[in-house]
Amino acid sequence: MAPETNAPDFMGLAGLLTEDERQVQAAVARFVDERVLPIIADCFEHERFPRELVPEMAALGLFGPTFHDYGCAGLSNVAYGLIMMELERGDSGLRSFASVQSGLVMHPVHTYGSAEQKQRWLPALAKADAIGCFGLTEPDGGSDPGTMKTHARRAGGDWILNGAKMWITNGTVADVAVVWARTDDGVRGFLVERGTPGYTARDIQHKFSLRASVTSELFFEDCRVPEESRLPLAEGLGAPLSCLTQARYGIAWGAIGAAQACYREALAFAQQRVLFGQTLVKKQVVQQRLAEMLRRISTAQLLAWQLGRLKDAGTLHHTQVSLAKWNNVRMALDVARDARDLLGAGGISVECCPIRHALNLESVITYEGTETIHQLIVGRQITGEDAF
Amino acid sequence: MRVLVVVRQVPDSTTAIKIRPDGQDIDRTGVKMVVNPFDEFAIEQAVQLREKRKDVESVTALIVGPAQAAEALRTALAVGADDGIHLEDPAFDKLDELQTAALIAAAVKAGGYALVVLGKQEIDLDSGQLGPALAELLDVPHVGAAVKLMLADDGKSFTAHRRIEGAEEIVEVVLPAVVTCDKGLCEMRYPSLPNLMKAKKKPVKVLKAADVSGFAETVGALGGTTLHTFQPPPERPPGKMLDGEPEQAAQALVQLLREEAKVI
Ligand SMILES: Cc1cc2nc3c(=O)[nH]c(=O)nc-3n(C[C@H](O)[C@H](O)[C@H](O)COP(=O)(O)OP(=O)(O)OC[C@H]3O[C@@H](n4cnc5c(N)ncnc54)[C@H](O)[C@@H]3O)c2cc1C
Repeated sequence: MAPETNAPDFMGLAGLLTEDERQVQAAVARFVDERVLPIIADCFEHERFPRELVPEMAALGLFGPTFHDYGCAGLSNVAYGLIMMELERGDSGLRSFASVQSGLVMHPVHTYGSAEQKQRWLPALAKADAIGCFGLTEPDGGSDPGTMKTHARRAGGDWILNGAKMWITNGTVADVAVVWARTDDGVRGFLVERGTPGYTARDIQHKFSLRASVTSELFFEDCRVPEESRLPLAEGLGAPLSCLTQARYGIAWGAIGAAQACYREALAFAQQRVLFGQTLVKKQVVQQRLAEMLRRISTAQLLAWQLGRLKDAGTLHHTQVSLAKWNNVRMALDVARDARDLLGAGGISVECCPIRHALNLESVITYEGTETIHQLIVGRQITGEDAF
Repeated sequence: MRVLVVVRQVPDSTTAIKIRPDGQDIDRTGVKMVVNPFDEFAIEQAVQLREKRKDVESVTALIVGPAQAAEALRTALAVGADDGIHLEDPAFDKLDELQTAALIAAAVKAGGYALVVLGKQEIDLDSGQLGPALAELLDVPHVGAAVKLMLADDGKSFTAHRRIEGAEEIVEVVLPAVVTCDKGLCEMRYPSLPNLMKAKKKPVKVLKAADVSGFAETVGALGGTTLHTFQPPPERPPGKMLDGEPEQAAQALVQLLREEAKVI
């Protein structure tokens, strides 16, 4: 059987999926084709987050889809990855929203929250009646969260938070922020609600990347929250890092979607553009470039799939996620840039998707651990030496 | 009142279709199959009736097709149908629309469905015959290409709107009946992921030829059409470029349209 070269699915990822996973992917793909693609270039151009899509995404069941409780779908981790892949085929901004809501907000509440916190927030977050954000990074350096300055001090039965968080996806639209702060006992997590006195958020303007996504700064000035708002089971930096592993896992899949969109557009262009008397696809160099894109997308697909299988089996190691996040985002960024170039001058227009994806992926390669950080994580695993 | 929705699975309209070398079918490898868009309207309409009306007890989705057709059935169940019937047997593969209608009629006759809804045509073979043929074989009235459907309060009849050239025709029909659905009736909601998972647990009856009483006799007696071959449409002759100044080119164009193409 001839390999599929349009999607592309050259190594037959579709054949490795269960029927459930295939149907989930088809359902989300349809949503992206019909609801996201027609508007997303305009959102990006005008720096607008398509908030109107959030209730639709919630109705589809895209938030917290791997949980078996709180009205969630109980999907496999591979299915979760496919959701992220399809969303990011639309735009990294939309995938970021879903990553934050599911991996960085619902996950810590589900894993580290009290029964009351779960009951209060998880159904609401699944339905997007509440939107969440995740505040770990600070103005003085995101790669080294161990040196965070934001702190929480006990005051009777309450906590007083002071500090600032920077580059926080969904910050100003969030109803609840998962905020990480140092305490006398180490790092702890707090659920801070919008409107709590002393908590403010402000959007970061002038971004040339993830323009269809909200990125904000959070400020805490003597912000008082009750002990019931602290995530009781989150102790130490390991808790926020486990959230990052969730989100990075989704990114490893998501990046493939962005690359697929760029590849398809480049291929379609090369098939019809006539230069020097021939379509571009008849040129050796163009074939080599397309083959190179296909090779890298195909290996990323298999990497993501194996990652998903390990996660479903419960044996996934976080350094494997690091390797895949690094590989797949680098792949997608290179594919997007090369597709942009293949499109010639038209490729600089937002009407073609590669420039938008390439610009978005500049954020994706930085957030959730920069490429360098993931290389150092893998390096440490190889050598046993901490070289940060 | 029980409602039956007939669903068909068709190749996604965005996939490029290639005909198999033997001309007996299209090449189905890697072709994405979806619910026939006109049948989507029927699914949504049936589910809305069930949601809005207490006297609508259940919605059953039915499909005739190979194992893969179960996916389309599952979509209907995820959107809200209560149970499914999957007519799956190699003996069903080559049936034409009339024979398929006879098969469905034989399978559902005892089901007591008051209303049967389906799309007005299928986007792959475009025959549009299944609805009318099914109505005939069930011996009930048929309303074609409805864009609006309103059940009477007593649940015994309904009014349907049909878009016809320059007007809208409004008809009143006593149940039981078959209605085929047109674009404009309603848009199918997206099946949610939790409902897709729950759909797996809804009951689906898989029926083979031997399970459908009267299949062999009825369908055998009908005769019917036999597929000869599929052929690609003839290739279009290449276009002609007219060079020169706009005035001369326009003149040459008019001359060609008149003398060669004979359209003016
Ligand atoms: C659009 C967007 C959305 C984001 N959303 C969120 C969010 O929702 N929540 C959140 O908490 N954060 C978020 N972030 C922040 C993101 O996680 C950080 O930007 C990231 O971790 C890097 O931190 P930094 O920007 O402070 O860079 P720095 O940590 O200052 O790094 C600067 C450079 O130094 C390199 N570097 C770092 N350490 C080493 C080393 N040991 N050796 C060699 N080189 C090194 C890095 O690779 C990088 O190139 C977001 C960022 C962006 C751009």
